[in-house]
Amino acid sequence: MLVVLPSGLLLLLFVYGFVFWSFLLSLTSTKITLVYDFVGLKQYGLLWANDRWITSITNLFLFTTLFAGISVLIGLAQAILIDQKIRAENTLRTIYLYPMAISFIVTGTAWKWMLNPGLGLEHLVRSWGFESFRFDWIVSQDMAIYTLVIAAIWQSSGFAMAMFLAALRSVDGEIIKAARIDGASGVQIYRSIILPMLRPALFTSVIVLVALALRCFDLMVAMTGGGPGFASDLPTNFFYQFAFGRNRLGFAAASGIMIFVAVVLVMGPFIYSELRNERSRNA
Amino acid sequence: MSVAATLESRSLRIGAHTRRRKWIGRAVVYLVLGSFAILYLLPLVVMIFTSLKTMDEIRSGTILSLPLEPTLEPWQVAWSSACVGVECLGIRGFYVNTIVMAVPAVIISTLIGALNGYALTQFDFPRQRLVFGLILLGAFTPYQAILIPLTKSLGSFNLAGNLAGLALVHTIYGIPFTTAFARSFYLSLPPDLVKAAKIDGAGFFRIFYSIVLPISPPILVVSIIYQFTGIWNDFLFGSALTYGEGAPIMVALNNIVNTSTGEKPYNVHMAAAIFAALPTLLLYVFAGKYFIRGLTIGSVKG
Repeated sequence: MLVVLPSGLLLLLFVYGFVFWSFLLSLTSTKITLVYDFVGLKQYGLLWANDRWITSITNLFLFTTLFAGISVLIGLAQAILIDQKIRAENTLRTIYLYPMAISFIVTGTAWKWMLNPGLGLEHLVRSWGFESFRFDWIVSQDMAIYTLVIAAIWQSSGFAMAMFLAALRSVDGEIIKAARIDGASGVQIYRSIILPMLRPALFTSVIVLVALALRCFDLMVAMTGGGPGFASDLPTNFFYQFAFGRNRLGFAAASGIMIFVAVVLVMGPFIYSELRNERSRNA
Repeated sequence: MSVAATLESRSLRIGAHTRRRKWIGRAVVYLVLGSFAILYLLPLVVMIFTSLKTMDEIRSGTILSLPLEPTLEPWQVAWSSACVGVECLGIRGFYVNTIVMAVPAVIISTLIGALNGYALTQFDFPRQRLVFGLILLGAFTPYQAILIPLTKSLGSFNLAGNLAGLALVHTIYGIPFTTAFARSFYLSLPPDLVKAAKIDGAGFFRIFYSIVLPISPPILVVSIIYQFTGIWNDFLFGSALTYGEGAPIMVALNNIVNTSTGEKPYNVHMAAAIFAALPTLLLYVFAGKYFIRGLTIGSVKG
């Protein structure tokens, strides 16, 4: 039992210790060098009064909702269709999931190029004869955040597909046969038997995608850099800019702790319920 | 068996009408699935096309026009002479950096994870759940909440800004994942396997080394692939903990894309991006089964 002790201590220090240390820093006026003058929640007050922070939080909310919501819908549609006894199932599955093997930086680089207003998609559609076609979201104040949503969905919706497909494959055939004998139609069976059975997969997908969105940083850096201005900024970038660009460590720590709180609020109950279920399964 | 298969196997008498409706249904299914496939492949196709064109051809054509005079020059430039900041040596050096840093981090974290995962399954349940819960939450901690203390600590141990420090960080923060993988695998083993050895008086490490480890390759592969993909694709740690020539590949790629002055060599950017994506993409294509398993356990069970 002593075997896990070293890792346990390491994680205790590097995860929980550091989070606590960050929390302490967020209560100080530290700029570059660490000063432990406790100023209470001043940094948090400044944070929530900061326009850029509010913008990044609004963006995060939009990004997370759209990204997780649409990914789940696409993933579900793909899974149900793939489950229709089709040819080339493996190939299709491989194609839907391959973006997940690629880094967000590569994804961002590729999409930034495709969405380039001068030479990318806009130019392509115009070359087809639609001269007035406009697609300059990536350089637009209001729309830049949505380009992140598009690229992120491309990158991660395959995950939802994989989760739903696994769940569909574990549906008990006998139940369907019984419903069939009772005269239920295909659509009815999907709606009232199969979809409810996919609830755990839906739950897991949403949680994982939301957790992914909350921590999203690289994609934004590679695609928009948070711009134009800070129109597509996310809290993770806010943290990074203030911690490493502007050297306002106490202030940055406060933003980091806020992100931590958000993730714990989402993941904590999930992990708790996962482990509880495990117990009942074992018992 | 798939849901649809079950549905179909019970299909009653099929008349000509139903057969035609079924045929249209199939066509729609294939159409939708095919369109999705094209959409998913398109970015990769655009990347490859762009990387094979000269800048003149890029300006005169569109992102989807075929490269008429394919050239590998952008690939050469990306590999050995593209500018990353002020240095113009391509991404080669950063590639090597990342491999040198990733290999030990992957191996060490995987072995520690296997040991932990096995040890955890030997705990009684309430304690196991508590310890594992704490480890799991560690896997999901956003790194923004630890990054400042981390850079300060590494700095005071002279590990900031170099690959050894980065490898150490990846090893430590990988342990929650590798532990979760191993634990889920060992939980599914028949307990008798180990019991017999225990009765024979074999110690913990002896059992681990001669009984547990030899049957572990499936989960070790999952863990290795998951860890390698994560470390290779990392950007946050790399950019916060290294600088200049000591950077890993994703940081270098991002710098290449952002440092070009004047007209941007998009062809070189795309070639560099493909280089950067290649190792994990190949792993995915050749070991997809393990990759997907890692994703599922890595997310469902932390």
